[in-house]
Amino acid sequence: MDLLRFATAGSVDDGKSTLIGRLLYDSKSIFEDQLLAMEESSRRRGDAVVNLALLTDGLKAEREQGITIDVAYRYFATPRRKFIIADTPGHIQYTRNMVTGASTADLAIILVDARKGVIEQTKRHAFVSNLLRIRHLVLAVNKMDLVDYSETVFNDIVSSFYDFASRLDDVADITPIPLSALNGDNVVEKSDKMPWYQGSSLLYHLETVYTGGTANHVDARFPVQWIIRPLSQEYHDFRGYAGRVAGGVFKPGDAVSVLPSGFSTKIKKIHLPGGKEIGEAFPPQSVVMTLEDEIDISRGDMIVKANNPPKSSQDVEAMVCWFSQKPMEQRGKYLLRQTSRETKAIVQELRYQVDIETLHKKEGVPVLGMNDIGRISLRTANPLFHDSYRRNRLTGSFILVDPGTHETVAAGMIV
Amino acid sequence: MPNYQLDHLDHLEAEAVHILRETAAQFQNPALLFSGGKDSIVMAHLAAKAFWPAKIPFLLLHVDTGHNFQETLDYRDAFAEKLGARLVIGLVQDSIDKGRVKEEKGPYASRNKLQTVTLLDSIEEHKFDACLGGGRRDEEKARAKERFFSHRDEFGQWDPKNQRPELWNLFNGRYHPGEHFRVFPLSNFTEMDVWMYIQREKIELPSLYFSHEREVFERNGSLLAVSEFIPMLENEKPERKIVRFRTIGDITCTGAVASTASNLEEVIAEVAAARQTERGTRSDDKRSETAMEDRKREGYF
Repeated sequence: MDLLRFATAGSVDDGKSTLIGRLLYDSKSIFEDQLLAMEESSRRRGDAVVNLALLTDGLKAEREQGITIDVAYRYFATPRRKFIIADTPGHIQYTRNMVTGASTADLAIILVDARKGVIEQTKRHAFVSNLLRIRHLVLAVNKMDLVDYSETVFNDIVSSFYDFASRLDDVADITPIPLSALNGDNVVEKSDKMPWYQGSSLLYHLETVYTGGTANHVDARFPVQWIIRPLSQEYHDFRGYAGRVAGGVFKPGDAVSVLPSGFSTKIKKIHLPGGKEIGEAFPPQSVVMTLEDEIDISRGDMIVKANNPPKSSQDVEAMVCWFSQKPMEQRGKYLLRQTSRETKAIVQELRYQVDIETLHKKEGVPVLGMNDIGRISLRTANPLFHDSYRRNRLTGSFILVDPGTHETVAAGMIV
Repeated sequence: MPNYQLDHLDHLEAEAVHILRETAAQFQNPALLFSGGKDSIVMAHLAAKAFWPAKIPFLLLHVDTGHNFQETLDYRDAFAEKLGARLVIGLVQDSIDKGRVKEEKGPYASRNKLQTVTLLDSIEEHKFDACLGGGRRDEEKARAKERFFSHRDEFGQWDPKNQRPELWNLFNGRYHPGEHFRVFPLSNFTEMDVWMYIQREKIELPSLYFSHEREVFERNGSLLAVSEFIPMLENEKPERKIVRFRTIGDITCTGAVASTASNLEEVIAEVAAARQTERGTRSDDKRSETAMEDRKREGYF
């Protein structure tokens, strides 16, 4: 079965959790005991109807405050596809969770309250999805029941979203859908309340949209994660390089070179986990490779096709989203993790901050605060073997870790 | 031209193997929490595959309440031997004897909650800096918020409101002395995925998962096994039924379901048609609305 990973984003009260609850409920992925538990807590809280949001808001604090605090992952399947939902909170202080959820998604559902239309949050969500290279967007205009299922209201919202989206980069498709998550209009079944809407229901769209995945199948990249040396009688001389293919396609016999040493050799064999030999390996497979020659290779090295190496440099330019309450400072020192590599890094310059509402660049800003997005230049202690994030999400991404607190303080996308 | 798309089970396997290898690479002394339940069996199976042809580079740790089904213990020992893995056992009884925890009393007594102390003591004793668990996000609403690499402070506590963001394939396992991580390679598996994977990989399971005749009694809508560890109330009557278990844990909080599913195909058909979650048979989750979150905060699995 095919797998689609999508993220949902919306502001407080846009009804995002209700929408997810509805998708799970109507696709029969909610069980009786979960429903009973929800009914019971809804009753205790004095909600008039069963509060589907209680299904996704699992933490005590979330249930008390009626908001989503942290990314929650939800699962459902239809006969057509299996789905993984990253349910991300929309309010401003938790943008880092939206970035997190978006980093592994192929599609984003951006939720708008039909009564409020496109607001700053909507733009922020669209911008973040775009920054993380989600190329398929669904504009879900929710609470249509509260605007009398009005076509005019819907069209106005769609056109103001398109105005903003025209400034985004490389979006493959935007699919606007009018719906009511509470009543189930256009979520799983097409609603008869909006005969003017010609498109499909949300679930049908999710089941059938072609995303082609986000993997790069062109530039062969294999970050070495772990060296397997059994030292057993049977596998006395076995020396395997374990890792997850981050780009392109590898085949036994391919001429490869190993970075940073630059040594060249050929791939002898490729094994799946458990040992089965395969004729080609591609992302996101986890495999073990053996090579024709004995070369000194360790974790953090990268095996690439000899004729198509990545960029190798100690200086990179990147967009970063700042996660920490402690702001990012110019000349600040951090640990950087990219592929299986870890190295020290220093922020050379904060070039500009992006104003999310206008998408304007603000120059001369001294620091990046929590949830700010900006462009920086970095210098690393050891070279990074990388591609631009635009070309490859896995070799173009990194995180920064505070060497004192060990917190993950930023997500970075190499320009 | 091939389309280079992976089936969802291949996708989940590749992800879990990546996490297992990352755990071996980022930590000094990881352990794999092994209970003999199907999730930890699948996790150990994946670990064996991830490091092939070498052996699993960490210990298996079983936190043993002493209230187990004999079938589980037999399976556990045979499985560890087959993998060539070293098994260490943390006994809840030891924690009780040392006065570290107090045994609950009465007909509803369970050692489930006490396991946390034994687990944290074992982690300290063996200086484990990462424990691999078979938890899945679809199991329970607090688990849905878990990270793959989940940080625990020096008291073993989970702070769900202050978790490290996890992006792409990048995992941050850095810690200060005394802290540790829980790692969940099966995070994205659902109950159905686990069963389908067991079927595809032809993994042998403890017989408890398949229908068998057993002496049981009904309590709060669950069927509990008649055993020396659960005192029966006056109005509770033992009866022989054809049952099986959907989850396997401590005998005092694991309920059976009436079922005639005697092989994997039948179990999968039953799971597909089920209207109750598998943890619906677990009385440990029913103690309060946030029972799992409360236990996890303190350091539970």
